[in-house]
Amino acid sequence: MEQLTNNKIKTEEYFINMGPQHPAAHGVLRLLLTIDGEIIKNVDPDLGYIHRSIEKMCERDSYQQIVHLTDRMDYLSSHINNGAVCLAVEKALQLEVTDRVKVIRTIFDELTRIASHLLWWGVMGMDLGALTTYFYAFRDREMINDIFEETCGARLTMNYYIPGGLMFDLHPNFVNRVKKFLVDIKEHLPEYDRLLTGNVIFQKRTKGIGMLSKEDAISYGVTGPVARGSGVHCDVRKTHPYHAYDRVNFEEALLPEGDTFSRYKVRIKEMWESISIVEQLIDNIPEGDIKVPTKAVIKLPKGEFYQRVETARGELGVYINSTGTKNPYRLKFRSPGFSNLSVLNHISKGGKIGDLVAIMASFDFVIPDIDR
Amino acid sequence: MENQEIQKIVESWSDKLEFSEEGSEFLNVTVPAEELHEICLKLKDTPELKFDYLFCLTGIDWGAELGVIYHLESTEYRHNIVVKVKTADREDPKLDSVNDIWRTAEFHEMEVFDFFGIRFNNHPNLKRLFLTPDWEGYPLRKDYVDEENMVIK
Repeated sequence: MEQLTNNKIKTEEYFINMGPQHPAAHGVLRLLLTIDGEIIKNVDPDLGYIHRSIEKMCERDSYQQIVHLTDRMDYLSSHINNGAVCLAVEKALQLEVTDRVKVIRTIFDELTRIASHLLWWGVMGMDLGALTTYFYAFRDREMINDIFEETCGARLTMNYYIPGGLMFDLHPNFVNRVKKFLVDIKEHLPEYDRLLTGNVIFQKRTKGIGMLSKEDAISYGVTGPVARGSGVHCDVRKTHPYHAYDRVNFEEALLPEGDTFSRYKVRIKEMWESISIVEQLIDNIPEGDIKVPTKAVIKLPKGEFYQRVETARGELGVYINSTGTKNPYRLKFRSPGFSNLSVLNHISKGGKIGDLVAIMASFDFVIPDIDR
Repeated sequence: MENQEIQKIVESWSDKLEFSEEGSEFLNVTVPAEELHEICLKLKDTPELKFDYLFCLTGIDWGAELGVIYHLESTEYRHNIVVKVKTADREDPKLDSVNDIWRTAEFHEMEVFDFFGIRFNNHPNLKRLFLTPDWEGYPLRKDYVDEENMVIK
């Protein structure tokens, strides 16, 4: 008893496996933890449990086929991923898509972002012990999935964008359903705030946890809401606009604190911004063609092409090295999750295992995006 | 800063650099392997350049040579440069690590080691990141053959 009160219990470091089947990882992420008592000394990620070598497959596939592989990476941002490859191919071919395509792509990208952030919000609550959030979030996400399903026939792996435009035109119900969704979500988001954001337990588990400084965020290549929670101006929609982002008004969600709670607030703010973007565009979808014809076999000119987009998790880069044939010589996906994961060890050292769960929830990892 | 101005500054550091803007939206500079670390450090630390953000690190197999491509950006000035480095040694390729300059390189270099077999000097934790430790060969090399698991068209 004396030992306990004097806090002199002899402890020693040991290893523990977190994952690959850990409920808080939401996928097959294996972390080798070195811990001393409950204090984390080192986090060493071991990847590859869902590695499909998409980059190697791309070297064999045509450019139209590559688009289909991208929504198997970050499956919660599938439209945005499709867009990255389409934009890269269009850039290489110097193909200018119609205004209608640009606006529709922007609306779909933003709806995807809302859906992804909703799922993250539900899961974040669940990870920290508030299971209710999960059901509310899925109720709203379901509406977006229904809207997507009506137009493109899929709910997860969309394949709606193609190089040069879109696979199909919008479903006649699309505009009305999106408007109805906007009314609903604007009613629900304040409710969610009351449910989780102000919760004392939630705040105690997130405020001041997992501090990430601005300099570290840049050096570790962290992007997306995680970096913006540390005050890094990195939104690709602002820094390198694509689609129709240069003609809508929205604010980049930036908060300087750099803790888990600020990453949480950034995503909530981003949902509001996405709603505003969709509202600005939904009544102004220009008429026009939904695709610019391309050759059945697309051959890119010789050269190197790089396109970046802002997915719900951060900056996705597509690097295409073409030798002028119908397949890329080398194609690299710079996935946001992989770079964000590299900072995990740095910011969770010295914390407790419970904090690691909160930090991971605020990073919003999608493991197939990390593994590719 | 415009590409020409960047080129002017970088040119003065060494006479072994090759510049090219052909077939790319960025300014490309090919650096000899032994000067890589020094040039990268200067790219980050020169106040007019400040390339503080390594946004993409790609391993590539050019056939006779293996190489790495670094895409750099300055978060302050928003200008870009692409650094390329090659090694002709396919048996035991070695390059200097840049993880002390941009911390994100630590993971990306592990990925390049895993798929291309390039070893990085001064890397703190070079290991098979995706593949199992006993995996033979480096799958993203062009001469890699796996008759069992690969579908070749």
